[in-house]
Formats: sequence, C-alpha cells, structure tokens
Amino acid sequence: MIWPAVLVGAAACYALKLVGVSVPDRVLAEPRVQRIAGLLPVALLAALIGLQTLTLGESIVLDARVPGVAVAIVARWRRAPFLIVVGLACATTALVRALA
Amino acid sequence: MPCWRSPTGTPPAVTANPPADDRTFRRRRILRDALTIGAVTGAYGVSFGAVAVAAGLTVAQAAVLSLAMFTGGSQFAMVGTIAGGASPWAGAATAVLLGVRNAFYGLELKPVLGARGARRIGAAHLVIDESAAMGSVPGPVEDRRLGFWATGLAVFVGWNVMTLVGAVGASALDDPGVLGLDVAGPAAFVALLAPRLVDRERWAVALVAALVAVGAAPLVPAGVPVLIAAAVAVVVGWRPSADGSDGTERPDGSGGSDGPRSSGGGATPGDER
Repeated sequence: MIWPAVLVGAAACYALKLVGVSVPDRVLAEPRVQRIAGLLPVALLAALIGLQTLTLGESIVLDARVPGVAVAIVARWRRAPFLIVVGLACATTALVRALA
Repeated sequence: MPCWRSPTGTPPAVTANPPADDRTFRRRRILRDALTIGAVTGAYGVSFGAVAVAAGLTVAQAAVLSLAMFTGGSQFAMVGTIAGGASPWAGAATAVLLGVRNAFYGLELKPVLGARGARRIGAAHLVIDESAAMGSVPGPVEDRRLGFWATGLAVFVGWNVMTLVGAVGASALDDPGVLGLDVAGPAAFVALLAPRLVDRERWAVALVAALVAVGAAPLVPAGVPVLIAAAVAVVVGWRPSADGSDGTERPDGSGGSDGPRSSGGGATPGDER
C-alpha cells in the first residue's frame, strides 16, 4: 500500500521539477499562477505545522509535541540556525515525555 | 593555480587584478558553500530517515523517497501525513502540492542552466530549495550554474547517505518516539515557513490555513485538511492582490529552504540561514 504511493508521489514531484525547466516561461510567469504558487507553500506549511502539532488521526490532541514546536517557533524567531531549531524542538518534546 | 584560459584562448593579462584569481576565488567559495550546505542538510537527512521509519515506512521506502522524490519538505510532509493516520495516497498528494514550488524554481533557473536533453533530465532532479537559492544569487551565469550543480550534487549525496543512516538507526530502536522525532517535521516546517511570511497577506493565509486545517481535522478523513488549506491559497491567490501590487512578485523569491542557505553572498535579506 505504501510502495505505490511512494513511487507515484516521487514521479509526480520529479515531473513538477521537469515541467519547471521545460515549459515556456509565459505559462508559469502568468501573474495569477505566480501568486497562487507563492501562497501555496505558505498555506500548506502552516496547515502541516498545525496538524502535526495538534492532531493525531482525526482528533485534536494536546501533548508533548506542543512545547516542542513552541520552542521551535521561539528559536526561529531568535534567528537560530535550521539544525538548532529542529534539534531544540526534538529535545524539548523528548524531555517533556521523559518527565511525564 | 589552475590553467585558466579566456574564451578566446589567449592567456589573461597577468598585471593588475588578474580575473583568473578573482574567478578562482569565487569558484572556491561557491564549492565551499555547496559542501557546507550538503553536510548540514545531511545532518537533517538523519532525522528524515528516522521519522520515516517511525511513521511505518521500511528502510527501503525511506531510501527510495530520498533518491527519487528528493525534495525534503515534501518527504517530511508525506511521512508526517502517514504518521498522522492518513492513507499513503493522501501523503503523496500533500507531498506533490508542496512540490509545486520546485516547478517555479525551474522557471527561474532555466536561463542559468541552459541545459538540454539528458543534462536537463538530470538538472531537473536537482532542483530543490538549496540548489535554487545558490543558482539564483546575483552574479555571473557561470557562477550561478556552478552553484546550482555543486549544491544540488552535494545535497543529493549528503541527504541520501544520511537518510539511510537515520532509517537504519531508527529501525534499531524499540520506540523512536522517545527521541521526540515526531516534532522534527513541524519544527522544520516552522523554519521553512518563516522566511516566506513577508507581508500581512501571507501571515493571514498562514493563520487561516492552520486554523481551517486543524478545525477540519475531526470532521473529515485524515489527509483532507491539508487539501482544504491548499484551497485557501488558491482562492486568495486567484483574486487580485489586495495590496495593489500587480501580483508579479516572484513566487518564492524569499526562498524557504529545506536546509541551510548559502553562507556566501546573495542570501535573501531577512533569511539569515
């Protein structure tokens, strides 16, 4: 069940990259397309942060993930490097779990 | 000193600030930056491998994702979605939506690469946040081309080797959850999202998308909330820009990144990674 999704997802992601270096400029340069393309990662990343922090399956769950991601947000806000942001988040969640 | 020759075949003048030295210096700096990015991204690849295995993927599946999908944000989105209980197909759909930005990097890189045929096939695979950032810094085309290829290849090697290390390591643990790895994905997304929040409209889209997605989670099958969030972006992007601009901004000029940004010149203001 996972393999077909892995292969199809990978092929589609590659196809997107190939389209970008292949199609005539004017297609992707269309202002409306550009605007949507700029907003799409913003909406998806924000949604994924919310979902992977606050939900488990189809229920809303507050657990040790919340302090971890909160620390990541503060670290990023304080301009910490990428690895520090991720490392502090994991360490915080692991610590909260160990103490609980 | 490498044997530098000008395009016409005549050696460069050795007096007064020889361009050969300047070019060699720039090439060295680009290669050094590329290797640094590859190394740091590799360190991050460990966490992807571990998260993938913790989400229920096999080591082989994690490795194939890094080899064939090769775009970190999408990979984390896919395994995170699966870990959240959604079907693998919902995970793949999320990954593909997040991968749309790579098409726009390609648009920007196309004049730099000038690649045709087989080279274009290979170049396309290396189009990711990091290589696009290094291929887009202001400077001579040959520098940008070198930056793209060197960074793309360095990240490809580091990311794949370390994915394997992380996946094998995590499969040796009884419960990878004790490492807190389930927040590696969302924490990485925080770092990816932050540099994109360049104006109030994007802040608003981010907040609405997050609220709508989390609010919808108990009501619809897992995997669907993220598609609703995507619809928010499409609806907002479809109408003319509210700030009066003509909407011709570059889609990802602010450039988030799956990993570190170049330590060299050209880093986008406000994104110090």
